[in-house]
Amino acid sequence: MPFFRMTKTILKSLFKKPATVKYPFGGARVYHKNTRGKVLIEVQNCIFCGICQRKCPTAAIMVAKTDKKWSINRLRCISCGACVDVCPKKCLKLDTQYTPAQTEKNKEDFKQNA
Amino acid sequence: MTKRTIIPFGPQHPVLPEPIHLDLVLEDEKVVEAIPSVGFIHRGLEKLVEKKDFQDYVYVAERICGICSFIHGMTYCIAVEEIMKLEVPQRAQYLRVIWSELSRIHSHLLWLGLMADSFGFESLFMHTWKLREGILDIIEETTGGRVIFGSSKVGGVRKDVSDEKLKLIVEKLKKYEKEIKEITDVFVHDASVKHRLVGVGILSKNDAYELGAVGPTARGSGVSQDMRKLGYAAYKNINFEPIIETSGDCYARCMVRIRELFQSIDMISQAVDKIETGPIEVKVTGTPNGEFFARTEQPRGEVIYYALADGGKFLKRLRVRTPTFSNIPALLKILPGSELADVPVLILTIDPCISCTER
Repeated sequence: MPFFRMTKTILKSLFKKPATVKYPFGGARVYHKNTRGKVLIEVQNCIFCGICQRKCPTAAIMVAKTDKKWSINRLRCISCGACVDVCPKKCLKLDTQYTPAQTEKNKEDFKQNA
Repeated sequence: MTKRTIIPFGPQHPVLPEPIHLDLVLEDEKVVEAIPSVGFIHRGLEKLVEKKDFQDYVYVAERICGICSFIHGMTYCIAVEEIMKLEVPQRAQYLRVIWSELSRIHSHLLWLGLMADSFGFESLFMHTWKLREGILDIIEETTGGRVIFGSSKVGGVRKDVSDEKLKLIVEKLKKYEKEIKEITDVFVHDASVKHRLVGVGILSKNDAYELGAVGPTARGSGVSQDMRKLGYAAYKNINFEPIIETSGDCYARCMVRIRELFQSIDMISQAVDKIETGPIEVKVTGTPNGEFFARTEQPRGEVIYYALADGGKFLKRLRVRTPTFSNIPALLKILPGSELADVPVLILTIDPCISCTER
């Protein structure tokens, strides 16, 4: 029948579970292992070589070797993972969660304990 | 002569996700002329090539468009690789084909949804986008991003996908194929949908050719033009024929995209069958020196990247000719003579992507 082609699909989906998630009551969405969220650092393993700073396409990362400080501007970061690929000590990794909303344009600092 | 009225269409309009402005000159309800103006979201991304390292620019190229992002990044990489005479490994070539086709499926499903929305078929719109979500999940699983893949790289690809996962993807796509068939059958057979599409906005084969239309807009008018036939990446090893419809109306352009959905699923399963094991990238040493025209097929048609390098760290010039840009003359050809109520549908049939167009 040329008319009402959609009716069967609509009737079927009336008796199905909704395709959407009732956040926050139905649980949050499932993230995949590969999902590129925010950058995490294990600062105790960092050697402050500065390769991540040079390879960052948006210049979001700042490395201060003398202060042993690694800082990132979360608003500039595009979560591309270029820093994670080049890190020689593998102390950088990508979280599956994104950065929460921010109200200030701050840098986040990570300082190595002596 | 009846009185002429000018109605502004856009830059803000419910059917337009992105801003383009058209001045529609009307006689009663008939459009007699359409005057476009573009340039609302020019971002100067071509100029940025002079400030970004040629390897870093891939990230910018990917962000030219939010829908065909991977193919933009890949075309840029092809241009630079050809200048530097890099031999990209076979596995990377096949992965490029798989991701290109996944982004084609997701773009066409997005377009079908927008199309259903433009003629007021809300439930069809929702169901099409539900299917698209499944494709986005596959993309996120393999690359880490939902629309910005971030997996292109000069000299290969950044992420490998295991053979088992590729097989699973093909199985998943076979499952989706049935669901997609159920939904697209509505576009193909439903009388109310056909009433809005058949015979509306006819673009003759000659006009499509002479106005330089590309992609599904040209193929819907019977011009057999598909850049994948040039054999970039691993397309030379994959069997397919460009999909052509001859009637040249909105229905034909819709049919081309629907048939391409199934073609893309077939191409992905061919690529998974033929993929070879091996490295996914080659080491890039030195800087590019020379020029190259890279031409690839996007969901909307042919995209051209012209890159000129002089041996430095930065490219000297980059020019991007995107498919929507060359489809605008064809759009201006089909608008005169149509009813005002058909204008949103007509504008959508070229699948306008304004971010691409203005870069």
